[in-house]
Parts: sequence; C-alpha cells; structure tokens
Amino acid sequence: MNSALVSPANHAVAQSASVMDVGDGFLLPVLLKIAFVLGLFFVVPLVGGYMEHKVMGRMQHRRGPVEAGPFGSLQLVADGIKFIQKEDTIPRAADKWVFAAAPGVALVPAMLIFLVLPFGPGVFAVDLELGLLYALAITSVSVLGVLMGGWASANKFSLFGGLRAGAQLIAYELPLIIVAITVAVQAGTLSLVGIVEAQSTFMLAGTDINLWYVFPQFVGFGIFFVAAMAELSRPPFDMPIGDSELVFGYMTEYSGIKFAMFLLTEYGGMITMSALMVVLYLGGWQLLPGVPLPGCDGAGGLFDCGFLGTVLGVAVTMGKILALVFVMVWARVAYPRLREDQLQRISWLVLVPLSLLNLAVVTVFKVVF
Amino acid sequence: MTSFYAQYGTFAVLVVVGCLLYAVIMTLNRAMRPSVPSPQKLTTYECGVEAIGTGWAQVNIRYYVFAFLFVIFDVEAVFLFPWAVIVGDLDSTTAISPLFAVVAMFLFILTLLEGLAYAWKKGVLTWD
Repeated sequence: MNSALVSPANHAVAQSASVMDVGDGFLLPVLLKIAFVLGLFFVVPLVGGYMEHKVMGRMQHRRGPVEAGPFGSLQLVADGIKFIQKEDTIPRAADKWVFAAAPGVALVPAMLIFLVLPFGPGVFAVDLELGLLYALAITSVSVLGVLMGGWASANKFSLFGGLRAGAQLIAYELPLIIVAITVAVQAGTLSLVGIVEAQSTFMLAGTDINLWYVFPQFVGFGIFFVAAMAELSRPPFDMPIGDSELVFGYMTEYSGIKFAMFLLTEYGGMITMSALMVVLYLGGWQLLPGVPLPGCDGAGGLFDCGFLGTVLGVAVTMGKILALVFVMVWARVAYPRLREDQLQRISWLVLVPLSLLNLAVVTVFKVVF
Repeated sequence: MTSFYAQYGTFAVLVVVGCLLYAVIMTLNRAMRPSVPSPQKLTTYECGVEAIGTGWAQVNIRYYVFAFLFVIFDVEAVFLFPWAVIVGDLDSTTAISPLFAVVAMFLFILTLLEGLAYAWKKGVLTWD
C-alpha cells in the first residue's frame, strides 16, 4: 500500500443494478426511472396523508373522511381537485416571481429524494455511491423554498414563520446528518442499497445473530426520528406554522394549487424520511433480522429474488414506512407544541452533543471489533 | 447502465423534468381556476385584521447566530462523510492506523464542541 490509504477495492461496494436497467440504450431506462419516481411521488404521499386523516380521526374519537371513495380513501384526491379550481391570489405587496417559485423550490427536492430510495430488491431508480449524502443534501434544499415563500409574501406572519422554519430546519439538520454519518461508519458505505446489504450481514459480536442497525444504534434512531419530525415541521415541532401564534406561518398568503404543492411537499417528506429510517435502521426490505424473504435465496441473499420475493420486499418496505408514518401521526396527536426557544435548546444542547457522543461510541466499537 | 454518467444523467434529467412539471402544472392551472381580482382581495393578510406598515419587519438577531453555528457544523459534516466511509477499513497494514484516524477526528469534533460550549456560555443558544 503506497500512497493510497486503502485500496478502492477494499471499500467500494459493487453498484447494484436496478430492475429498470433494461436494454443497452440510455433513454429507455432513464424514462422508466423517471416514470417510477414520479409515480411514487404522486401516489405514496397520498397514502400517508390518508393514513394521517384516518388515524388522527380515530385517536380523536372521530371517523375521519368517509364520503369520498371507499372509506374516504379518495379524500385527498378530491381535495386536490378542489385546490385546482380555487382562485390563486397573490397579494399586491408580494414579490410575485419569488412567491410563485417558492412552492416549486420546496416540491422538486422532495421529489428528487425518491431517486435513491430503495423500496425492494432491485426496486430503486439509481444506486448512487453517495446516496446518503445525496439524500441529506437534497432534503436541505427544501428550506430555501420555505424561506422564499415566507419572505416573498410581504406579511409579518409569513416572514416570522419562514425564519422560524429556516432556523428549525438548520438546527435539526445537524443531529440528522451526524447520526446518518454514524450509520455510514458502521456500514462502511454511503450507498443506500449498500447500507441495507451491510445490515443483512451485520452480526452481534461473537455470535451469528443478525442485527439491524436500530439495535446497536437505538440512540441514533431516536435522534433521527425526532429530528425528522422537526425537519418536516410536523407537530409537536410545528412552530413555523403555529396557528395560535402565526396564523399559518410561511403558508399564510398561499392559496389554491400553490398551497396544495406545499401540502404535497410535507406528505412527501413524511414518506421519504420514513423510508430513510427504514433503510438506515430497520433493515430495508428484510422481514425480520436474519430471515430472508421467500423466493430470495442463493449467495446473493438479499438480491437474488424472483418475482415473488421482489413483490414481498416492496410490501415489507412499504409496511415499515407506513408504520413509521403512523408513529409520526401518533406523536402529533399525543404531544402539545413546543415553544420556539425550547425547540432550539433541545437541538443545540441535547441532540447535537448526544449525536456526537453516539458517533464516538459507535466509531470506537467499529474500530475495536 | 450503472456507470457514473448514467446515474447522474438520470438525476439531471429528473431535475429538468421536475422543474418543467411544476411550470406546466402552474400554467395549466391558469385555465382551470377563476381569476376575479379586486383591490380588496389583493391586500396583505386579506381575511384578517388590516396590516400596519410593510411586511418586512425586523427580526431577532439570534436567527443570524444560529445560521452561523450551522455553517460551522455543516462544514464539519462534510469532512466527516469521507472519513466515515473508510474508518472501518483501516488496520495495521494501511498507511494510517485506525487509532490515528479516530483520534484526529475526535480532536476536530472536540474543537467544534468547544465552540458550541462557548456559544452556550455566552447565552446565544437560550433566550428568555
């Protein structure tokens, strides 16, 4: 070993192929992948949103939506149609172009994350070697849209909401990034598919008991979950849109389709954050630690799956994602909103030091064992 | 199809498609929604109390401090990513020993934590 620290072959994970890599051309796979990402982005968040309506309803002794579609399942579609027909008012004082662009700046990154999320064996658009860095970097672009919307509205409620959102998103970005790096330390790769794979071969030291990363890194999982809820500005971390203080924060002046775009961004964020947690901590598409899916066998283990195994893998991933969405909704119903100063204090004085401590402990274990 | 350019090419195409999609949705929606503006409707905070002054008010200076702290720690995170990928692969045969890599990074993190402790002591992280 001369100049290189470690040989590339030592840590480079073989890039897995997607099921959408068909043919030799460039165009067909790209079109399939884009259709895949758009399809996911416009359908799965609606499932999460429907769950939120129903679960919140039941927890508050209501029935939730019942009229639109079977069991009210088309409520959000009906809402969308309603939003489309609404007049789109832009206040005279607002900065029109920034005001109009803001929902897009929030929405497009929320969609771009779906590019790297693995939903099953081979069921992902691309397996970037820097997948984790990509996901975290893209997430933080959304804050720009929120700040733009808050500033361009020329409304004090909006401005304060936008600034609160900005301060909150950057404060909780840090613990989120640090615990995600901790997972990368343990897995030795930044590829999201590689992290799922690494979890399938991660053993409890000295035994052959397979573990997901949620077990050694339960502190990291907790921090990630709290930070993810704060990143999404979901209650109990919804100070940026706290209705008793700021009317509706940075969304106060928005109406019609632009408001719907912000709403879709939030639901999309719920899904992507949950999917990231499933990938980083909950073993991706494995049903139980160490138990391969039916139809997935051979040396490839996680990846040698027939049609049945692939479908089951996607079902398992979606089940885990929706379970996490359920817990997020549950937290929303169960806890009151925090105060702005409490929120900042929790992040800077508790979560950041704790996540760094978590990183230190995991690194020492990784290097020693 | 899993080469570097194919992967990031998909990303580039998706960015363009996403922006176009937003533009198309906004343009199409123009035809589907009514537009009956009136001077009253276009005032700031139309449904509520009358706004006093302009919309751009002074805001708390603390937001600026938080942004600054964030930049410092985010740069730290950039340095952590490459370190995180290789630290598990280091052993006695590599040019850098694992002990050195871990201690060096911990010193770096501790330096930044000291800055955080200073900011806390100065009282910029809590407000009353």
